[in-house]
Amino acid sequence: MTAYLDNAATTPLRPEALDAMLPFLTEHFGNPSGSHAVSRRAKQALEDAREVVAAALGCTPSEVVFTGGGTEADNLAVFGVDGTVACTDTEHHAVLHSVQARGGRVVPMADIAEVDADLVSVMLVNNETGVINDLPRVRGLLHTDAVAAFPWVDVAAAAARADMISISAHKFGGPKGVGALAVRSHVKLKPLLQGGGQEADRRSGTHNVAGIVGMAAAVAATVAERAAAVERVGRLRDRLADGLLAAVPGAVETGDRATKVAGNCHLRFPGVESETLLVLLDEAGVCASAGSACASGALEPSHVLTAMGIPRGEALSSVRLSLGYATTDADVDLALKAVPDAVARLRS
Amino acid sequence: MSRVLVAMSGGVDSSVTTALLLADGHEVVGATMKLWGGDSDSGCCSVSDVEDARRVAQQLGITHHVFNFGADFDAHVVEPYVQAHAQGRTPNPCVECNRHLKFDRFLRRALQLGFDAVATGHHAQVVRDGGGRYRLRRGADAAKDQSYVLHMLDQAALARTLLPVGAMTKADVRARAAALGLRTAAKPDSQDVCFITSTGGRAAFLGDRIPLRPAPVVDADSGQSLGTVPAVELVTVGQRRGLGDAGDARRRYVVAVDQAAPQVTVSSTPPTTTRLGVVDVTWTDQPIGEGTRVLVQCSAHGAPATATWDGGGVVFDEPHRVVAAGQSVVLYDGDDVLGGGMAA
Repeated sequence: MTAYLDNAATTPLRPEALDAMLPFLTEHFGNPSGSHAVSRRAKQALEDAREVVAAALGCTPSEVVFTGGGTEADNLAVFGVDGTVACTDTEHHAVLHSVQARGGRVVPMADIAEVDADLVSVMLVNNETGVINDLPRVRGLLHTDAVAAFPWVDVAAAAARADMISISAHKFGGPKGVGALAVRSHVKLKPLLQGGGQEADRRSGTHNVAGIVGMAAAVAATVAERAAAVERVGRLRDRLADGLLAAVPGAVETGDRATKVAGNCHLRFPGVESETLLVLLDEAGVCASAGSACASGALEPSHVLTAMGIPRGEALSSVRLSLGYATTDADVDLALKAVPDAVARLRS
Repeated sequence: MSRVLVAMSGGVDSSVTTALLLADGHEVVGATMKLWGGDSDSGCCSVSDVEDARRVAQQLGITHHVFNFGADFDAHVVEPYVQAHAQGRTPNPCVECNRHLKFDRFLRRALQLGFDAVATGHHAQVVRDGGGRYRLRRGADAAKDQSYVLHMLDQAALARTLLPVGAMTKADVRARAAALGLRTAAKPDSQDVCFITSTGGRAAFLGDRIPLRPAPVVDADSGQSLGTVPAVELVTVGQRRGLGDAGDARRRYVVAVDQAAPQVTVSSTPPTTTRLGVVDVTWTDQPIGEGTRVLVQCSAHGAPATATWDGGGVVFDEPHRVVAAGQSVVLYDGDDVLGGGMAA
């Protein structure tokens, strides 16, 4: 069997998302920007979806910009505003590299509130460690990457202070290649893409209607089940993390669990290379990850762990087991057997 | 049958290696080492090469992994390469990559993962003799033979190494790849050092890392100054190109490089020697005794010369061109590698 424990990378498509999408991949193929009956059917679905997403993000429907995923949403936020930009040193690369490309400042989380910039970007939940951040008060605009937060955190409440919020559908049971940026109405946003002026001139390009409809279905399901999922998956995660900490000598948990989302189990096994461990886990049917992969697929030392002050060698001994809405007891059971076996083999 | 981890570079040789091992009934997994994160023409490290390797693995239906050995590559290959140039030696980074990466880091990881052996697409042969000892032999295709860059393999490494394309000609390898429909069948052979681009060359690479100093070129025959070379760090004893023009159309060779001065001395007489000191020697099996007759090869595809091992170097039968310090010197018995080291 396979234990899929890489839900922070992506999640399986929710059945309700697939069901919602299928008509828009078949009979309702219209371009929502048209004016005839076929277009109108697509346009209606698009605007229904926008209302669902807006409610989940705590903004108005007209403040929702649909994008081609979380990376585009983050880029749109960082490149879309005039003036100076800054972010923390634990951001996802979609924010980090965008801020660096704009010549912005990258500072530790502890210093971010003091940075004088026109836009500051602070992620709501770290994608590697699962640590939940308190969003700071800042002088200028505040953007938050809520991609890793959405499955577990009431983003509308937690990001109420943010002027822009990014989400990505495939992290919570929606399809890949679709996301959204909530842009509060007072933000003057320039588009990244020039073209037909869709999304109120904020994101040109024909809408990915099926993807957007699928995302909305996944949003609705996630919001409806969130409290129960946090409790159920949190228990699974605790069983997994506690079991591994007990079974693997020297294992260290990354981050204070009380400050982490329910689906994150991030551990370090000093003396074991994560690249090697992942190969053995893969052979044992456990799908996990470590750090982020570069273009070639090679593992890179995590800038997040480095920023947390974890030494490079130890950062390269980490593994992230991320649980999701579909994770079961059987997944945890397999990991509880496979991980200690693999670590013991590598240490022998 | 054994479990074999193939080092897939994304080239045709390692692609066919993988196919041959599968055809022989081995359990095969592929892995590509990511070694270099900087600019590269193609070499063995670029993203497109990893993609080629991955696609070949998919085509052959095997698992493929990517191992990031970039830090090891920097520490064991790139940095020593830069330092060698700074100190006036002429390094052979491919040899160091084989020594430290393919047949050490990669091999150790394979064993850790429970593989019985590693395989690469090198054109050389591992032969087990009657006494159960392993020999490293030249590849069947003399023009493509790579035994020279594998001379550091010892019995432990040879016992765990498979080089199946070493028994084939390059033409046969390409024909096999084409017959299997592998996407790498017509891919050009990799050339030169993978982390040096053809556009910038060594000068650009080294110039970003160490100061390159111009040096006067002096003709030993006439004492005349022939101009300057832009970087003494890039000049090698025996070199005959890029030395400026004395105006008399005579070919000149570098006979001495004085890094301290700095000064380059050239002569129209090619520099020769009768003895070559060899340091940091490794042996494929037992060390050979003083007085052993050997064939000596001092470049990847150079003709071997007859000589006698004197315990710390070789004494040539005939005067031999001078070999730049840092170049690999490989000793053969017929077609079998005895061992090798670095020109002192």
